[in-house]
Amino acid sequence: MADGSVILEMRSITKDFPGVRALDDVSMKVHRETIHAICGENGAGKSTLMNVLSGVIPKGAFEGQILVEGEEMAFSGLKSSEAIGIVIIHQELALIPELSITENIFLGNELSSRLGIIERFEQEKTAKDLLARVGLTQNPRTQVKHLGVGQQQMVEIAKALSKDVKVLILDEPTSGLNEEDAANLLELLRTLKARGVTCIMISHKLNEIAEIADWVTVLRDGKAVADYPVEAGKVDEDRIIQSMVGRTLDNRYPTRTPKIGEKVFEVRDWRVEDPNVPGRLLAKDASFFLRAGEIVGFAGVMGAGRTELARSIFGRNFGVYKGGEIFIKGEPVSLRSVKAAISHGLSYLPEDRKLLGLNLLDSVATTITSANLKAIQNGPLLDVVTELKVAEEYRAMVGIKTPSVQYGVRTLSGGNQQKVVIAKWVFPEPDVLILDEPTRGIDVGAKYEIYKLMQRFANEGKAVMLISCELPELLGVCDRIYTLCEGRVTGCLDAAEATQEKLMRLMTTLSTTN
Amino acid sequence: MNYVKQVLGGDLRKYTMALILLLVLAIFHFLTNGLMLTSQNIVSLLMANTYVFILAMGMLMVIVVGHIDLSVGSVAGFVGMMSAVMYKGGTGAPWWVCILIGLGIGVGVGAWQGFWLAKMGIPGFITTLAGMMVFRGAVIWVAEGRPRPAPPELKTFGYDYIRDWPPGVREHLGVNLPTILIGAVGILIVVFFQFRSRAKIGRVLGETPDLSPVIVRSVLIALIMGFFTYLLASGRENTSVPIPTLIVLVLVILYSTLTQRTPLGRHIYAVGGAKAAAALSGVSIPKTYFFTLFNMSILAALAGLLATGRTGSAAPADGNMWELDAIASVFIGGAAVTGGIGTISGTMIGALVMASINSGLNLMHAGSDKTMVIKGLVLLAAVALDVFNKQQGRASITGRLFGKKPGEEIQELTDQKKDTKEVEEAVSAPATPQSS
Repeated sequence: MADGSVILEMRSITKDFPGVRALDDVSMKVHRETIHAICGENGAGKSTLMNVLSGVIPKGAFEGQILVEGEEMAFSGLKSSEAIGIVIIHQELALIPELSITENIFLGNELSSRLGIIERFEQEKTAKDLLARVGLTQNPRTQVKHLGVGQQQMVEIAKALSKDVKVLILDEPTSGLNEEDAANLLELLRTLKARGVTCIMISHKLNEIAEIADWVTVLRDGKAVADYPVEAGKVDEDRIIQSMVGRTLDNRYPTRTPKIGEKVFEVRDWRVEDPNVPGRLLAKDASFFLRAGEIVGFAGVMGAGRTELARSIFGRNFGVYKGGEIFIKGEPVSLRSVKAAISHGLSYLPEDRKLLGLNLLDSVATTITSANLKAIQNGPLLDVVTELKVAEEYRAMVGIKTPSVQYGVRTLSGGNQQKVVIAKWVFPEPDVLILDEPTRGIDVGAKYEIYKLMQRFANEGKAVMLISCELPELLGVCDRIYTLCEGRVTGCLDAAEATQEKLMRLMTTLSTTN
Repeated sequence: MNYVKQVLGGDLRKYTMALILLLVLAIFHFLTNGLMLTSQNIVSLLMANTYVFILAMGMLMVIVVGHIDLSVGSVAGFVGMMSAVMYKGGTGAPWWVCILIGLGIGVGVGAWQGFWLAKMGIPGFITTLAGMMVFRGAVIWVAEGRPRPAPPELKTFGYDYIRDWPPGVREHLGVNLPTILIGAVGILIVVFFQFRSRAKIGRVLGETPDLSPVIVRSVLIALIMGFFTYLLASGRENTSVPIPTLIVLVLVILYSTLTQRTPLGRHIYAVGGAKAAAALSGVSIPKTYFFTLFNMSILAALAGLLATGRTGSAAPADGNMWELDAIASVFIGGAAVTGGIGTISGTMIGALVMASINSGLNLMHAGSDKTMVIKGLVLLAAVALDVFNKQQGRASITGRLFGKKPGEEIQELTDQKKDTKEVEEAVSAPATPQSS
């Protein structure tokens, strides 16, 4: 059979979702006792690959083979992959805050007597050993909620070790951690490697990959475009970047000639603290400005703090404000509530459409007016007939396809729902329109229409701030692009000089040379 | 079919419970050999359930915003008792001071409970569970365990009618003229608004709705309102519309307008339907929470005063379990446990369903034990019917009555403020592929 150093092999994995080929003939080998990094842009297929590997997408729902130590596997779910020793740790931690460390480690795999009673002391003893292996000294009876995020991540790993893990898959393991915890985690991965655990690490952070990876696989548009061994500490980041973004821009973006005016909005030295992790700053002295008629992009990997920065600026809707100033048309303003932000001419289209953008019980009309009820108020009462009229105007303007504005937003497709949310945020007639991932999860045609809308708003003299994970999109529609890395503004490029490579470098390195 | 829809205003589903109410009335009318729909019975039904109507209105808003108020019965009882205790059988404060103190207590209690929910973030369930115990204890405490006579003037608000006037009309026509006049003015106003709204839609939207459905609708409204006006006006001498029912009517108009036609009302639905999205739209969550609980306690105080006026005295057990009547009315009236859905009119119909069952069983001498069992089952059945009604691809009861195809339902479902996961599943599936 195959060479003995290969612990896990994937052969020609292909997975289709309706309308999208998420994985396209991906083959890769993972060698025993290595740290294998998988990188790629958002949507490149990393998560799908991990779901295939861990049995979340069961055998039969995809094409291709998975071999562990030379034997073909047929996983039917998480349990069956764990039985073989493949354990996945997701980006969002899956611990129960109210339970103790021990209870969390054994959740779902409790050691119990024949009568079904949990063997508490056995569990605790094992938990103590496992904690020692991941370098935690906490009492195993401690409730998980009392642990920091970094320590919780360690508990997750201890939980994985309890399952006799051979291959540990970590999805963006450092994305929620501060620098010190992240360094500890990487150190632990090295220790685990020395003790015979193979790790597959999905990461955006090239510096981390450069530090510890022994092998790199790059996914792009569902294909494995690069797959080669590296020497930890001597990784060529540029080569990875090129593989990640090596895609040509085609005609997916409408053209326009920008008419850029005065500076209308400026943020100086903005600082926001993570509401859940005291001391962790999500925006570190961020400064930037927007001019009238300008579309300004904000690039950054997931967790760079773009959404947090935007929501904090938008009336301190998120995080703990730690300092910074906002100037609108040169005047300092204090936006302490969302209401104040809206009345100062800001609009923020949130990233999570279903949770933050819409009330799914509302109709198209009531959604469109919901951020600016003043406009349809007649004395103390709302004028519902006028509401229908303005809703119809905005429906026509942004091109929402619905039989009537009285229909529920729930009946609409994703792209149409997004247009409803756009209409909602254009209705207050903002001067500054912040769009957070406005094209996420919608199809190409709707995307094009949304780009055209953005350009139209810019041409009307509004400043548009576009947060996006897709570099081609930023390059395609923006006049200027800021890059963020771990809460810091690391660069600002004019669209003319920006390339995906340049952006990716600024997004993944903290040095502020620009 | 389409015409029926035009007449009734698009959405037939909201009439399900109204139809059930009519059915309940008809069945009891039949079972009691015509005792149900008599002037006397309807009048006493309305009067006896004043407190349920008033409490249910406040409760609707609390439930729509996503909380619940368990304290309303205790608060009502406490306020009623305080008005009696202050009066001290005529030797204490004058009656109007007693009323002001009662309402003042409502304001104070509302601010207190609103503070704990809105500022301190204690869930409404807990805040008001505490209030339920505190004020129940307080009633017994201030009453020293025995009933107290209430100011007799309260009787005007809680147990009186619009009198026969002018003299002689009753003898000649057999009706209470003021009631007929109020009914007639009411009908005129409602019909006027029907036509005004049609004209406005034409002016603003440029598409005037057809005239004939508006006429049919106006005639239907006039007939229904006319029937009940006559029923109320034609009872025993000097009985007609109860004063407390007039108060309830005014409140219904006030709160329907508040919930449907003001920014505050929109905010209540927005917070209950999608809290995070509401916050990002500039809605203050604490203010909205505060208002709903604050308002609830004021209505509870009013309900307590009117109930005390009706019985003429305040007893330590007054208000016991009233919160449950109010909550049941809200849910029978179509509100969602998860918040964001429900209307004042639906809630009033829910309260009337409960009241009619109460009254009907009472006429049949069923006893309070059996009445309670049946009311419990009706609550379960009503909500189950609602959930069943909204399940995927199944025509609703009303839909079937009008021969609707299951497919039409889904569109409509989402059109209105109703909830359940099934709807989401039903709709998201066909909606995705047809994206632009």
